[in-house]
Amino acid sequence: MMRGVSQLLTMALIAVATAAPANAQDAPTAPAQRWSFDGPFGSFDLAAAQRGFQVYSEVCAVCHAMQYLHYRDLAGVGLNEEQIKAIAAAVTVPQGLNDQGEPKEGPGTPASQFRSPFPNDQAKRAAHNGALPPDLSLIVNAREGHADYLYALLTSFADAPPGMQMQDGMNYNKFFPGHQIAMPPPLQDGRVTYADGTPATVEQMAHDVVTFLTWAANPEMVERKQIGWRWVLFFLIMTGLTYAVKRKVWSDVH
Amino acid sequence: MAGLNKSEFTNPVVNWIDTRLPIFTMMQTEYGTFPTPRNFNYFWNFGALAMVTMMIMIATGIFLAMNYQPNAELAFGSIQHIMRDVNYGWLLRYVHQNGASMFFIVTYIHIFRGMYYGSYKSPRELLWMIGVVILLIMMATAFMGYVLPWGQMSYWGATVITNLFSAFPIVGQPIVTWLWGGFSVDNATLNRFFSLHYLLPFVLVGVVFLHIAALHVVGSNNPLGIDVKSPQDTVPFHPYYTVKDSVGLCVFFIVYAVLVFFAPNFLGDANNFIPANPLQTPADIVPEWYFLPYYAILRSVPNKLLGVCMMFGSILILFVLPWLDTSRVRSARFRPIYRQIIWVWVVAVIALGVCGAHKPEGIWVVISRVATLYYFLHFLVILPILGKLERPLPLPESISRPVIGGGGPMPSGATAKPMEKA
Repeated sequence: MMRGVSQLLTMALIAVATAAPANAQDAPTAPAQRWSFDGPFGSFDLAAAQRGFQVYSEVCAVCHAMQYLHYRDLAGVGLNEEQIKAIAAAVTVPQGLNDQGEPKEGPGTPASQFRSPFPNDQAKRAAHNGALPPDLSLIVNAREGHADYLYALLTSFADAPPGMQMQDGMNYNKFFPGHQIAMPPPLQDGRVTYADGTPATVEQMAHDVVTFLTWAANPEMVERKQIGWRWVLFFLIMTGLTYAVKRKVWSDVH
Repeated sequence: MAGLNKSEFTNPVVNWIDTRLPIFTMMQTEYGTFPTPRNFNYFWNFGALAMVTMMIMIATGIFLAMNYQPNAELAFGSIQHIMRDVNYGWLLRYVHQNGASMFFIVTYIHIFRGMYYGSYKSPRELLWMIGVVILLIMMATAFMGYVLPWGQMSYWGATVITNLFSAFPIVGQPIVTWLWGGFSVDNATLNRFFSLHYLLPFVLVGVVFLHIAALHVVGSNNPLGIDVKSPQDTVPFHPYYTVKDSVGLCVFFIVYAVLVFFAPNFLGDANNFIPANPLQTPADIVPEWYFLPYYAILRSVPNKLLGVCMMFGSILILFVLPWLDTSRVRSARFRPIYRQIIWVWVVAVIALGVCGAHKPEGIWVVISRVATLYYFLHFLVILPILGKLERPLPLPESISRPVIGGGGPMPSGATAKPMEKA
């Protein structure tokens, strides 16, 4: 009887626990997209990640920094040394102080940090009506819903529903907690021109830049999964072998 | 006058050392020939698994500390440096981060094993109490370790938990200031937490040594919960339990690896990828999963001081469990009612864990109050009374003759089997 009661309790608990927790800010759950990096075998679609880097450079980087990335890291999305050198050389980055003790700037090298559009947070806020564009190095990991959420956010700017009071300079987005986001809609069809001829729709650009940002937040992912498979297969075999040895050792006891 | 130890080892170097410092003899006695009940099930793997996890945590932690900066300005960035620039730094960090979760999983199962089979009862009360000390040290270490990445949840978790001490009248606020080393969680707090996070694991090693030393005085309990009566009831620890623990260890490594390699942030919180910001409180402050039941107990009580006392009490009560349980039968196998209600207690703990992850609103408050009440009822009322009322099933005569009256004699060759390798 008691066991029956505890089973019932467990089932009730699981039912309650799996019901989606009500979000205080009533943002809907972002619909799941298909990503190249999904699942235990997933890896990054490098073409998409490279296009995403273009979107980041031409659109996002106007406001958003990625301080934990260096240009050398772009080898991870399949760019070669020459391409990386050219990309780095095309930007101007701070290079410490000159002989007179004044801040010096110069062309970047592969070892340079991604160029930050603003020298500090105060400058960022001053330029954005008090809002702070977050650093994007880890943004995919730093938001519930991860890649799906960012994709939904980037593709869901719309006019505010009638009756909703918007604050000055805010934009309506149903996936943003509170629905009022300081960022204006960043993507419009044809905002960038892809070298590989892919049509630059909002959905395509969002998909590409989210692929790039997912790589940026988890650059070790592909190697991690590869090592993981080897590790798991090795220990599956070891479990079998060890169990066989155990049976043999214990055969005179049982 | 002290003499040389008589060593049975034939290797001249081993023998030379062993006659002067008998560590080889000790290992042989305590881990080689050590007589161990022959009837362990796989629940008896978890002590060894916890031991292995502790060693993994210390090893990875030492290497992480070589690259980590315990400074409020640099800590978050130094973790990213480890993740991106240090060779296999991501592996070290994910093994360490998920190792904390694995450590609690195996320890909680180990504790449950002790409760189900009555391992805390005489003569193992002190062994059990040392185990509770281990749990407390683990919890302190895990809490301070979670602060080190200096993300939003690190910072606000530290703020909430240290603030608990302010519930105590008069001394509360001075204690909090003293813990912080200032008037808020800040650089001084991070520095001391790093220092203690590096220190406590070695204290843990010392207490684990006492735990094992105490175990080797009174000997292991077993699934029948009856005493070892004759050599027929035991097998030497090696090779029987070294190989059985190895099977469990392989399975453990698979589960651990699935977390580390395929879902390294599954048990983490997205907010901890945002650098600590004292000016912005996250919408939800939740601890790591292994603290959720205690957090739910804390929040189920409307009075802060009482909530804090009950939260600490929920662990401290384990110290007196050997005396709260009045039944003289150890194993739940022979306690028809206890073996049912222990599962109700487990359900209550899981319910508390689920409640701890949700905001204390509506149904969650009700569930967490009922579960908290049951948690304490189990220890303070049910166990003392049940021991008097319950009629245990007849106990077997001995481990090697588990069925009373039936079954032939067990083969006795096992204990006589010589050691294959020292």
